[in-house]
Amino acid sequence: MKKFLSVFVSVLFACALPLTLAGCSESAETVVLRVCSWEEYIDLGGWNDDELIEIDNPFDEEAGGVIGINSMVDDFTEWFNSTHDFNVKVEYSTFGTNEDLYNRLSLGDVYDIVCPSDYMLMKLIAENNYVEYTDGFWDTDVEENYYAKFVTPYIDGAEGEGIFNRPEYDWHMKAACYMWGTLGLVYNPEKLNDVSDVATWKMLMNDDYLKQVTIKDNVRDSYFAALGILNSENFLSKQLGSEELSNFMNATDDETIAQAEDILKAIKEVVYSFETDSGKADMVTGKVIANEQWSGDAVYIMDEAEGDEENSTELWYSVPEECTNIWFDGWIKLKNGVDWTDERHQAAEAFVNFLSRPDNAVRNMYYIGYSSAIAGDLVFDYMDYNYGAEEDAEQTFEYDLSYFFGEGYAIEADASNFDFDENGEVNRGRQLFAQYPPKNVINRSVVMLDFGDRLAQINQMWINVRCLDLKDISPVVIGVACALIGVITIAALLYSFRYKLFIKYKPKKGYEKADK
Amino acid sequence: MKKLRFSRSQLCIPYAAFLILFVIAPLFVIVYYAFTNGQGQFTFNNFLNFFTSTNTLGTLLYSFTLAAVTTLVCLAIAYPTAYILARSGLKKKYVLLMLFVLPMWINFTLRITALKEILSLIEGNISAYPFLNSVIGMTYDFLPFMILPLYTSLLKLDNSLLEAAADLGANKFTVFLRVTLPLSVPGIISGMTMVLLPSMTNYVVLDMLYNSTYIMGSLIGSYFSAYDWNNGSLISLVLLVIILIVTLVTNRFSDKDASARGAVL
Repeated sequence: MKKFLSVFVSVLFACALPLTLAGCSESAETVVLRVCSWEEYIDLGGWNDDELIEIDNPFDEEAGGVIGINSMVDDFTEWFNSTHDFNVKVEYSTFGTNEDLYNRLSLGDVYDIVCPSDYMLMKLIAENNYVEYTDGFWDTDVEENYYAKFVTPYIDGAEGEGIFNRPEYDWHMKAACYMWGTLGLVYNPEKLNDVSDVATWKMLMNDDYLKQVTIKDNVRDSYFAALGILNSENFLSKQLGSEELSNFMNATDDETIAQAEDILKAIKEVVYSFETDSGKADMVTGKVIANEQWSGDAVYIMDEAEGDEENSTELWYSVPEECTNIWFDGWIKLKNGVDWTDERHQAAEAFVNFLSRPDNAVRNMYYIGYSSAIAGDLVFDYMDYNYGAEEDAEQTFEYDLSYFFGEGYAIEADASNFDFDENGEVNRGRQLFAQYPPKNVINRSVVMLDFGDRLAQINQMWINVRCLDLKDISPVVIGVACALIGVITIAALLYSFRYKLFIKYKPKKGYEKADK
Repeated sequence: MKKLRFSRSQLCIPYAAFLILFVIAPLFVIVYYAFTNGQGQFTFNNFLNFFTSTNTLGTLLYSFTLAAVTTLVCLAIAYPTAYILARSGLKKKYVLLMLFVLPMWINFTLRITALKEILSLIEGNISAYPFLNSVIGMTYDFLPFMILPLYTSLLKLDNSLLEAAADLGANKFTVFLRVTLPLSVPGIISGMTMVLLPSMTNYVVLDMLYNSTYIMGSLIGSYFSAYDWNNGSLISLVLLVIILIVTLVTNRFSDKDASARGAVL
């Protein structure tokens, strides 16, 4: 069937081909790079002059800082074409969910390089639909290899240390990390009875906040939150190693799925809604007081809610104390359908490198709110520029980021932006906390693996949660409905046979003759 | 020079090509997926799954109830409106009609977003009334589809019939009940089909108005996002069959040009 489909699609394309060819006449040396990434996941340019980020930018001296005037893709094309002996043309398209991307790939869409999330990287790698980065990509002596030079060792560092380079994931060389973050709760502290309520995933099924909290409308994030609630006591009472945590949070056996189903059914009754994108606006406008959210969107929400001076709300981000999902989106070169010439390799890798140039990483971070995998002084300066304590701050706090930026890197931050527990650890905070979680949060984070062949069971669980179950309808409702239908049917039958049953006189058809 | 001449049947070729490519061919794809499993083998299992699971049947019931209530509400609002527009001597009635069709010129998601804000203003926390909100949203969305067929069928109503009925001693109410209403049945039927069927699957309205219960459309989507094309296709097929049945039943009621009336839209 797939074959039939691809023939069908290619016939369509063949029909369309002469049209597109007629439209453009390019030299043979142009490589068309087909890129597919998340919607709103790259700087589209068009910043105002006052948005200039005033930090020292050695990569673009003229700009006097970092600013996005043209879109990142245009800047890449211009930079590439002026520095290489062949031209590149980027066809940039977007997807809404990882599953959407995967379905498009299986229907025969061809892309050179895509940027899905960690579990989809795993799925593509498991299906052998990838091409490794070339060795040249990792040569730090080459000036333009910005990814190899600036990616944080925490994510893609030496073997066994960087998360991408651990034996259990083994994504090193197969994917290049773009953005990363955690899963948590954005909340409005003023509306909470007690701030400890958001310290746990149980916030999502807390009766005290009936219809005031939203949860993500997708299986994975909901399932993760449900497992967080399921294991809450266990996780909070003892310190578990990361391997044990990972085992608990990636459990997909029938019993766990059934328990998660019950929890999610309870959550459905309590929450305001399952939301795909509306949660951001609802949080900012104050329709809800807490919202399950990815860290990057949390930053966006907090920035938006601050708004202008008169109308600002201070929102916070909490990483529940049970555990959190640490996630990565990465660029992977696809194998299926792509003819990988040297030029194409070079263009694709240059694209990743261009995005990894620290000033460009900052542009993307500013534009989309997520945290780049790129370390480097420029990114650190940007964080310091944004979140470093003002001179009039009452109390400052050394926010340690050495795990990400390297030894000795810490931001002198305003202490009022963090919520310290009795051990002096931070579990809740504002933008800086959301963008770069502290080490204690990292320690309780789990990479959520692909569901693999358990996907069907988990999806069935999700359907059970979301669909109306005939068994759940109360007998009274069924009785009343049946009675109503019965009464209406009988009434209709009686009405249509009314002449046969009740009325003896029946008017004759046609006219009677007048002179009879 | 030879004149270009097309016969009637030749003029149909573009439409026929469109029909085959985008209607018939996808239909075969749906049928194929509905009766195979992930490995491409023939099976009735998807079919059994659908009709034995209380969840999918519950979803069918929920969608149908939602759609039926929406249709009735639409009818209750649209009939008087169409009647007034068509039968009264209002001068600027085309302007009035335009006012009802005008919302269709505005993007649908924008309209529902605006509706969401209005409902929040009235109800406070709108997630407390998911079913009611969905009905309101769907009614808002589909009302013009109900008004237009009713309007055209009432507009072409022959005045002499009404006068005759009045001459024979029927009061205004009897005239309406015995003459106007029966003659507008084709309009009612085509309006009802045009509202009932789309509102069974339009899950965007539910998503945007915070109804967390799935209807048929969202159920198909959830199967597709788990790469399960087979069960998703089967549900589409079930919907197709329902549409077919509804069309067959309503065809008995509608007159010859009732279907042409849809072309007004």
